[in-house]
Amino acid sequence: MHTVAATHDESKAQYFWVWGALLVLTGVEVFLAYEQFFQPVRMLEVLMVLSVIKAALIIAYFMHLMFEVPFMRFMLMAAIVACLCLMCIFFADAMRILSLGVK
Amino acid sequence: MADAAVHHDIAGVYEPSLFGTYSKKIGMWLFLASDSLTFGALLFAYSYGRVSNPSWPTPFGKESIINATIMTACLLSSSLTMVLGVLAAHRGDKIRTRNWLFATMFFGAAFVLLHGMEWSKLIHEGMTPFTNPWAPSVPQFGGTFFTLTGMHMLHVTIGVIYLGVVALRKKFLPVLLLLWLIGWLATPASNVFHLGVHVLLIGAVVAAMVLFLHPKDYDSHDVEVSGLYWHFVDLVWMFIFPLVYLMSTRV
Repeated sequence: MHTVAATHDESKAQYFWVWGALLVLTGVEVFLAYEQFFQPVRMLEVLMVLSVIKAALIIAYFMHLMFEVPFMRFMLMAAIVACLCLMCIFFADAMRILSLGVK
Repeated sequence: MADAAVHHDIAGVYEPSLFGTYSKKIGMWLFLASDSLTFGALLFAYSYGRVSNPSWPTPFGKESIINATIMTACLLSSSLTMVLGVLAAHRGDKIRTRNWLFATMFFGAAFVLLHGMEWSKLIHEGMTPFTNPWAPSVPQFGGTFFTLTGMHMLHVTIGVIYLGVVALRKKFLPVLLLLWLIGWLATPASNVFHLGVHVLLIGAVVAAMVLFLHPKDYDSHDVEVSGLYWHFVDLVWMFIFPLVYLMSTRV
């Protein structure tokens, strides 16, 4: 195997912190769901926000994207987030069905 | 080799890489971007059904939630061992790299096994892609559940095979074939995984083609690229777990 010089601080401690944070956030999600804190739509919003935070931690640290050049960070994230946000357009129809009771 | 373009000594022949990194990593990121849209479409379809159906079934009791939480912990831990494997590869420590990859494969295999048990339990309770015993007016629950989680399970299985190839190269092929044979013989013919385990056989054929047609010593770049794939599989589960399991909790 080739040895590649590290271009950023690759201390193991930061990965253990991220792993711990991900486990804690998972615990919070399970607690919220099991206690039925919110109505389904609000619960979906809260769980998705927590999931986006977890995804950001994984992408930034485990997938090393925060250590890549800014152009790569911007291009990849802007493209993926824009495309995924465009899919949200379907939720308007889902809410319409829910409020109107259309079968 | 594509990577040679990045590390060549001839000035002016090649332009520097657009993203300032090697081509294999860019290729994997582009694949993951396209794959994220595939999973995005499936997740949005599931969410659409969940939001628009007040009578959406809630079949996941305490036992299922504990099982899914353990599966989540397995995937999160596998991401930690993967990143430690990448660090070891960057240091040139082959033995530790291989051991961390084995640990990652162990957690991945544990995830697939637990998920398989969950599937078998649901199927035993009467759930199919077209019907479910909890909410007959919402027949799409089974179809969306099996498609979404099945697609993810397939990705995890491919990831375990990928890591096995990077860690052991040709030595992994007999291990994979042995796992396929055990899986095939150990599952009853009525079980869906009696057929599904053939994914391992297809994986062995594809892995053999790659290993024999393009034999090489996988370096730290390959370990890092395989890690990107593995972390993506973990990332997708961070959305499937709350959406599918936690949103359908039966208290």
